[in-house]
Amino acid sequence: MASHFATPTAAPAQTGVTMVEAIRQAMMEEMQRDPAVVAIGEDIGAYGGAFKVTDGLLAKFGRERVIETPIAETAIIGAACGMSFLGLRPVAEMQFIDFIACCFNQITNFVAKSHYLWGAPVPIVVRGPSGGGVHGGPFHSANPEMYFVHTPGLKVIYPSTPADAKGLLKSAIRDNNPVLFFEHKYLYRRIKEEMPAGDHLVPIGKAAIRREGRDLTILSYAAMVHTSMEAAEQLAKEGIDVEVIDLRTLLPLDRDAIITSVKKTNKLLVVHEDTKTGGIAGEIAAIVCEGAFEDLDGPIARVTAIDTPVPYSPTLEEYFMPNTEKVVAAARELAKY
Amino acid sequence: MSQPLTREQHLNLYYYMQLNRQLEERMVRLFRQNKIVGGLYSSLGQEAVSVGTASAVEKRDWIAPMIRNIGALLVKGVPPRDIFTQHMAKYTSPTKGKDGTSHFGDLKDLHIVSPISMLGDLIPVMTGVAMAGRYLGQNIVALTWIGDGGSSTGAFHEGLGLAAAQKAPFVLIVENNQWAYSTPVSRQVPVKNLADRAVAYGIQSSIVDGNDVVAVFNNTKYAVEECRAGRGPRLIEVKTMRMRGHAQHDPAEYVPKEMFDFWKSRDPIVLYEKFLTDNKIWDAKTKSELDAKIEKLLDVDQQFAEDSPMPPPEFAAEGVYCDGCHDISAEFKRPMSEVTPPGSGIDITYKLSDFPAGMGDAASVLKSANGGHSQHQKPQQKPQQHADAPRPVLHANPARQPNTVQQAKPAQPQPAPRPAVAPVPPKPVPPIYPEDEFVEPERAAEPEGPRVPFGRGPKDKAFRDTAEAKVYSRVQKGRNSAVPANGNSKNFTPKSPAKNFSKSGGAKSFGKQGGKSQGKGGR
Repeated sequence: MASHFATPTAAPAQTGVTMVEAIRQAMMEEMQRDPAVVAIGEDIGAYGGAFKVTDGLLAKFGRERVIETPIAETAIIGAACGMSFLGLRPVAEMQFIDFIACCFNQITNFVAKSHYLWGAPVPIVVRGPSGGGVHGGPFHSANPEMYFVHTPGLKVIYPSTPADAKGLLKSAIRDNNPVLFFEHKYLYRRIKEEMPAGDHLVPIGKAAIRREGRDLTILSYAAMVHTSMEAAEQLAKEGIDVEVIDLRTLLPLDRDAIITSVKKTNKLLVVHEDTKTGGIAGEIAAIVCEGAFEDLDGPIARVTAIDTPVPYSPTLEEYFMPNTEKVVAAARELAKY
Repeated sequence: MSQPLTREQHLNLYYYMQLNRQLEERMVRLFRQNKIVGGLYSSLGQEAVSVGTASAVEKRDWIAPMIRNIGALLVKGVPPRDIFTQHMAKYTSPTKGKDGTSHFGDLKDLHIVSPISMLGDLIPVMTGVAMAGRYLGQNIVALTWIGDGGSSTGAFHEGLGLAAAQKAPFVLIVENNQWAYSTPVSRQVPVKNLADRAVAYGIQSSIVDGNDVVAVFNNTKYAVEECRAGRGPRLIEVKTMRMRGHAQHDPAEYVPKEMFDFWKSRDPIVLYEKFLTDNKIWDAKTKSELDAKIEKLLDVDQQFAEDSPMPPPEFAAEGVYCDGCHDISAEFKRPMSEVTPPGSGIDITYKLSDFPAGMGDAASVLKSANGGHSQHQKPQQKPQQHADAPRPVLHANPARQPNTVQQAKPAQPQPAPRPAVAPVPPKPVPPIYPEDEFVEPERAAEPEGPRVPFGRGPKDKAFRDTAEAKVYSRVQKGRNSAVPANGNSKNFTPKSPAKNFSKSGGAKSFGKQGGKSQGKGGR
């Protein structure tokens, strides 16, 4: 490791830390630790980002390390990529992750392929607010993770808790590969959690068991982990003991965790907020068929958003999204096998 | 200020142009023998562009070539064997067979970023390289090329916009070879010179005859020095001609024969050989020695490539991720205290003085608009002068120039300080396209003479001074009239209250659960 690293700050344990605060802490600590870490994006400076995630960075680190750009996502990713060629570790913000579509080419054709083709690692992080449930409408609510899960060369992280968000973002910044870091905006300020002390790192590519159970496994990630947890508590009252697994990282996927849990409970329900066709549930079903087909006692079920754009009106969005009731109903059906 | 070229520099320019051409001639033969995998993209007739531009950067500088800039790779230090093995998809190639053609790079030694087929994408990437070099205190310049075709992409616009906003030490060579595959420039871009567009980005530009390698070199050298002095970015339009089809499969029957004939008479290597002879820089013996050296090098490298193995099939599965195979570190050449707190801290409050002309300028623009006039102000300010420039070939929008100025003394010898020996004076150039293919509303009343696509204005001092004045003040105007924009329509703050979490209390208990299972996650 380069000698310019500062000593990691020995942050004390804190209570009541939100997702926004956790992500900000991760960036602060990494920028403090390593001057090769820079932030780049739209309105991330004086305003502190559309959701205030980068609030305070500019005053502390200056304009050379907190780079405000024109509204030009291709330029943001391209520049981040170019900076990484000189050993920097840029963290690029998409103001809303929906706008990542504007730089899709730059990410999938250049960033993702550089190491494989010509041995050029691209240690950048692309992070931004994603997900629905906040009535943001069709261009501010997307879950575009699967476009990138289908792109070899990238890593895709989608955390569900503040502590994971902080630990995974710090790991992502230190990773030598391009990492897409999705932040569910519904969770930004709605959940608070105790933050472990010190240089808190969470490994990329490892799922977490959120609730142990015997009867049925629910696999999920991001905001739907919380929905699944609520469903699990309701189902517990009905005598169905549900195991909830938070994938945390979608690429690389923790196959071992999936197979182990299915072998234990013999039933699998996948819950995600992404739309159904081409969502990760299909991939997980294939993994289970390849690795634990004979352990299954029932069909692999899925609860997902319907195959439409994210609608705007609350009644429409409610219909579009998975929720606790839909998860409970699907789990109940599956438990009957 | 650049010096006249030394004899060695002159001979190097010849050597690399000829090496470029002979290498490609051999690859055409290999292609016909089915030894090249995939396409072969010729740079015949464009060697002066690749070699002249790349010769103007230093070893520490970074380049990102396009597929035809093989000459630039050679100048930067890539051996011909790498080009042969790449095209033949051999295991010994820089990408070990994972990509072909000139699609490879070298971050550590040669500072070359690999080309990508999605044209324009390298412009923001090299802007990032330039910004990182500046941040690290390395005093480097980043240079890349784009064709007339690629200049229409969104990445071109986004990248150049960011480079301009950041004042990045970045040089963009717009290689106008007249054709984007089968589409002529006139069908892509409604401006006469692609360099005209630089004005809109608020950056300096120039136009150069791409078949005059010394002119290309001097022009690029000047741009690189400007960037290194913190006056970047810069754009150079290089006018040349693609003398083959888009790739080997394309016979280019869509190109008018007269066009090929004209450009063939201006072959950059033939022109330069004559220049070297006329100015007694070399003799027949030197030429034959250089040619023999090229021949020998290519013999050895071609043989190496032909003898090399193809990659083992299972190699396809390797190298998607960097699992510690690369040591990534940034080389800081400035005090660390400048970039780490508290030294890096700033006052982030914007002040009126951050907007150079304050509100006064905005007011005058609005007043002018209300008076029924165009908001485009006539230039008033005296431009900065670069007295030390060898060829400050500033370029102005020709649509705003009287035609007579453009045509003034087109064949006049170069008055500006040049290399010890003067280059070939440009010949008058016959029209290439019918005049009506260009849309030039502001020039409609002007009588039209024979069109001179290049070698006009910039070589004439009178024109240059006027042009400089106009460009500078237009740029200045663009900066001053900035009115703080209103909020961004993307801004959005979720307002709806929590639904599920608040009532069940799941979040709280969940937090504990999450913390507890942290360490054993995944099993």
